[in-house]
Amino acid sequence: MTDVYVVGTDMIKFGRFPERSVPELGAQAALMALDDCGLTIQDMQALYSGNLFEASGGVGQRILREIGQTGIPVVNTANACATGATAFREGWMAIKAGVYDIVLCVGSEQMGTGLLGGAGGGKGIPTEGLLGSGTMPSVFAHVGLEHTRKYGTTFEQFAKVSVKNHHHSTLNAKAMYQKETPLEEVMGAEMISYPNTKLMCSVNVDGSAAAVLCSEKKAKELGLMKRAVKVRASALSSDPYTSRNIAMMDFNAVTRLAAKTAYEMAGLGPNDLDLIELHDCFATAELVHYENLGLCKDGEAGRMIDTGETQLGGRIPVNVSGGLLSKGHPLGATGIANIYEVTTHLRGEAGSRQVDGARIGLTHVVGAGSACAVHILEKV
Amino acid sequence: MSVSADAAPPKSVVPFLKVKGEGAPYLAGSKCGKCGEVVVGTRDVCGKCGNRKSLEHIKLANTGKLYNYTVVHRNFPGVPVPFISAIVDLDGGGTLKGNLLEVEPDPAKIKFDMPVKVVFRDAGRKDKEGNSYLAYFFVPANKGEMR
Repeated sequence: MTDVYVVGTDMIKFGRFPERSVPELGAQAALMALDDCGLTIQDMQALYSGNLFEASGGVGQRILREIGQTGIPVVNTANACATGATAFREGWMAIKAGVYDIVLCVGSEQMGTGLLGGAGGGKGIPTEGLLGSGTMPSVFAHVGLEHTRKYGTTFEQFAKVSVKNHHHSTLNAKAMYQKETPLEEVMGAEMISYPNTKLMCSVNVDGSAAAVLCSEKKAKELGLMKRAVKVRASALSSDPYTSRNIAMMDFNAVTRLAAKTAYEMAGLGPNDLDLIELHDCFATAELVHYENLGLCKDGEAGRMIDTGETQLGGRIPVNVSGGLLSKGHPLGATGIANIYEVTTHLRGEAGSRQVDGARIGLTHVVGAGSACAVHILEKV
Repeated sequence: MSVSADAAPPKSVVPFLKVKGEGAPYLAGSKCGKCGEVVVGTRDVCGKCGNRKSLEHIKLANTGKLYNYTVVHRNFPGVPVPFISAIVDLDGGGTLKGNLLEVEPDPAKIKFDMPVKVVFRDAGRKDKEGNSYLAYFFVPANKGEMR
């Protein structure tokens, strides 16, 4: 099977664009990714489009109306917060299988504002706040306090994740925010679901990102190998059975499963990674994923954030883009935006936030339900 | 719970809370005859081992321990805050999310593994047709209704 390369990728600056449509956002990123490798929609053999909130709305086809209706096959994906990464993976798989040589993958989303999730709805009476809470800040508060229960992780340690990622975003012009948030400000912000304060919740933004994927032969033919980044691994998992799964949504076992699969596929381990973009939808989530991705032993995530190992310049920088916490989290776009970020570092084009000498990077998204995608990229 | 004699009996807030028939309301669960796993809800296939042949439908315990929680301060309009969203491991198996009542919504006052009881009370919310609903709640084991 051929190796698959990212040859073009870009993302729009995340923000709030209520006056624009989802396909318009997706089209913008698609054209930027095509421009990044000097190709056009006429060069693409298929389109994989990730979007969650308009999942039945043919977003991929509507993107083609904006950028050229060439009649290529379109696959629309919806897979919770792994939606964009799933679209990317479908494109990767089609090239791996030898069906296509070059495809376009786009993730786009319009979010609105406010709380996501919540239990119940449909039949009977709403159960949110009656049978516990199913809002995303609450679900991820449970994730964090489980870590507290096991290892004594503190509110302050969780809050430091937000301080770090907001700091990183000051170096990223494409992030929603470029604003420092000192520890006191993070901890003193409005409490949403303990221990997640408002500044420890990801930002609901509109956004899009895109990537052009290519077989090795085609990339060489097109003369695109110089900036090409190899996809060393692509893994997708659903939540394996765990006894508390029904009451407490699982983001740990599902991530460990995808990570293990990805490391095996790439033939490498966490110590080989130079940077990581992981799913910090809430500050509590980032810490548990240090352990789920094997960046440290179980129980050491609190120490990692305390010692600064995951900040830019540290042993293994995490979310130098600003992460979902500050760059923003347009669900369907996030997975491909992570690919863009890691690719940009591996190409040595990340400017003031560049991770020096980055050669191998990992992206991780995990969505409620649960769905987890892990990709490992390498500059060859 | 307070339901007047001439009113319609309350409906159940979720399928696994059984309110109809004889006896007190209870939480329904399933036990796998092959791997022994106990889960909340009436199931015919075991999610753990895939067994389809010998799932026993059981009554779950009304006692358990607090595994995890969060104190919710911000929620949708109309939902009273703060409240405690609790994850409880029931004695004998099954894990359930619900509101923990009669404990101050302050992390300093909430202890992991504290023993709790399951109590059944009016949900305090009605549907569009005006039907009442019975819900389950957790209270500290040393408090709450005696049954």
